[in-house]
Amino acid sequence: MNRYILKRIVGMILVMFIVLTIVFVIVRLAPGDPASLMLGPDATPEEAAALREKMGLNQPIFVQYIGFMLQILRGDLGTSIFFNQPVTTVLAGRAEPTIFLTTFSLFIAVVIALPIGILSAYKRGSWFDQGALSTAMLAASVPSFWTGLMLQQYFGTELGWFPVAGYGGPDSTFFQRMGYLILPSIVLGIVNSALILRFSRASMLDVMSDDYVRTARAKGMSETRVVLRHAFKNALIPIVTVIGLAFALLISGAVVTERVFNLPGIGSLVVGAVLRRDYPMIQGTLVVVAGLYVLINFMIDMVYLIIDPRVKY
Amino acid sequence: MAGASAPNTEASLWKVLIQRKSVLLGLIILGIIAFFAVFAPLISPIDPSAMSVRNRLTPPGAAYWFGSDEFGRDQFTRLIYAGRVSLAVGLGVAIFSSIIGIFLGLMGGFFKRLDAPVSRLIDAMMAFPDILLAISLVAAFGGSLTNMILALSIVYAPRIARIVRASTLVIRELTYVEAARALGVSTPRILVNHILRNMVSPVIVQATFVFAYAMLAEAGLSFLGVGVDPSTPTWGTMINAGRQYIDHASWMILFPGVAITVCVLSLQISGDGLRDALDPRISRRL
Repeated sequence: MNRYILKRIVGMILVMFIVLTIVFVIVRLAPGDPASLMLGPDATPEEAAALREKMGLNQPIFVQYIGFMLQILRGDLGTSIFFNQPVTTVLAGRAEPTIFLTTFSLFIAVVIALPIGILSAYKRGSWFDQGALSTAMLAASVPSFWTGLMLQQYFGTELGWFPVAGYGGPDSTFFQRMGYLILPSIVLGIVNSALILRFSRASMLDVMSDDYVRTARAKGMSETRVVLRHAFKNALIPIVTVIGLAFALLISGAVVTERVFNLPGIGSLVVGAVLRRDYPMIQGTLVVVAGLYVLINFMIDMVYLIIDPRVKY
Repeated sequence: MAGASAPNTEASLWKVLIQRKSVLLGLIILGIIAFFAVFAPLISPIDPSAMSVRNRLTPPGAAYWFGSDEFGRDQFTRLIYAGRVSLAVGLGVAIFSSIIGIFLGLMGGFFKRLDAPVSRLIDAMMAFPDILLAISLVAAFGGSLTNMILALSIVYAPRIARIVRASTLVIRELTYVEAARALGVSTPRILVNHILRNMVSPVIVQATFVFAYAMLAEAGLSFLGVGVDPSTPTWGTMINAGRQYIDHASWMILFPGVAITVCVLSLQISGDGLRDALDPRISRRL
């Protein structure tokens, strides 16, 4: 068991090291001088030189690389050019809508997809199953921002059921702010439910034909008990995996959904940073998001230990 | 690992295309969309950028099938011209990401020493959400059509690489590869003639999905304003332009959205059908 944990930790560190290297390379791929690009056409050569010096761009690339790695290790993500604040401070200030948007939509996706996936597997080949699979495929084919715009127009503008866009004023309460997240979460939840539905169905199908399910049936156990106690419990591993994978999908979705609903989250922050060529901000966001992905998947590996004792090899 | 244990020839691929109704349907719809895109100037003689201020925001009707936009441009014409760009991005990304992915996957799968670094690289690349990585790459390369194709190809290459690596690991151990080695066939030749040729089908299946994801991603990037030049009609830029007029000209958003959905859906149907037909074991699970 300790070997398993140790192996995962080493794997996680290696992947994180490559992630950081990729981020370092991406930011330095930009043709021309990043300092003058960031300052815009009005900047004087002196200003550009000062920024280059500040960012350490005059040093050899290898020294820059080591410096970048050490900086990240210290937990320092640099300073945003546009906000003139530490990247971590800016990210923390924008985290709330993104955290709640992704959490709510994951919850909605699981609530929709899991029961339908299980039922689909149970009634394999039926009209219900066919319908569920076709709907899932359709949901995965519609651009999320398009669904967002359409629902925003109908439920927000025309029916007035939900706030159309924004995140409330500076003095709005927590619950008022959460109200702004209902519609975006539904949009993102629907898109992500497709993946989870297909996975839970597939995973259930795999275990439904296993011997212990047949044994449970043979000893006269009720169908509900067979499906929920025996099959579902064993189908959980791949389902947990896909929920981890869905994180990347959710963040991608959040980037566009936040734009549609004008939410001041990390997604709209990074789009703004790209348009303004605020490289430290882009770099910091990439490190945090990819780091979170790696960490979440590590935690999922640990969850396996709890839900599947066979993993403790 | 579809098709890894039982090599599929090109002939069986064609058989699958004809036998599977869903694949055929998907391909026919795609074919129609591609036909419209390629022959856009013949299908609609109107100039896609011809403005007519008097006819701005005209609802769909006899004069303007899909309505007109804020400059009075014909939306139907713009839609089929936009299809050219959107399809070109999808196809370009499917091809380039396959090239990068095949190279990476073959290296990792065939050469045991390279396996660990290549696998970690794939894991690390997959840690970035696709839209986030794509906009960062576009920010670095600069926003143009070619750069967008390049950026998305890098984003989706790991998906191809994973499949190729897994298939290579299996095929590498098969007797005919061993026989080829014993006969003194050179490594590059083994890689291309004996390994790569036997995983054409799974790569095509995966490339079909990449085609679909790339079209969705292009629309997303154009919608965010970080993709191609906003004046270039793509389905994404059309939706972005229609956003301001959604209250009284919803057709500006409706048609491009339907176009993307139909295209992506038919690609996914084709990809799914192909995968099921090529590997019945997978069809039961996914």
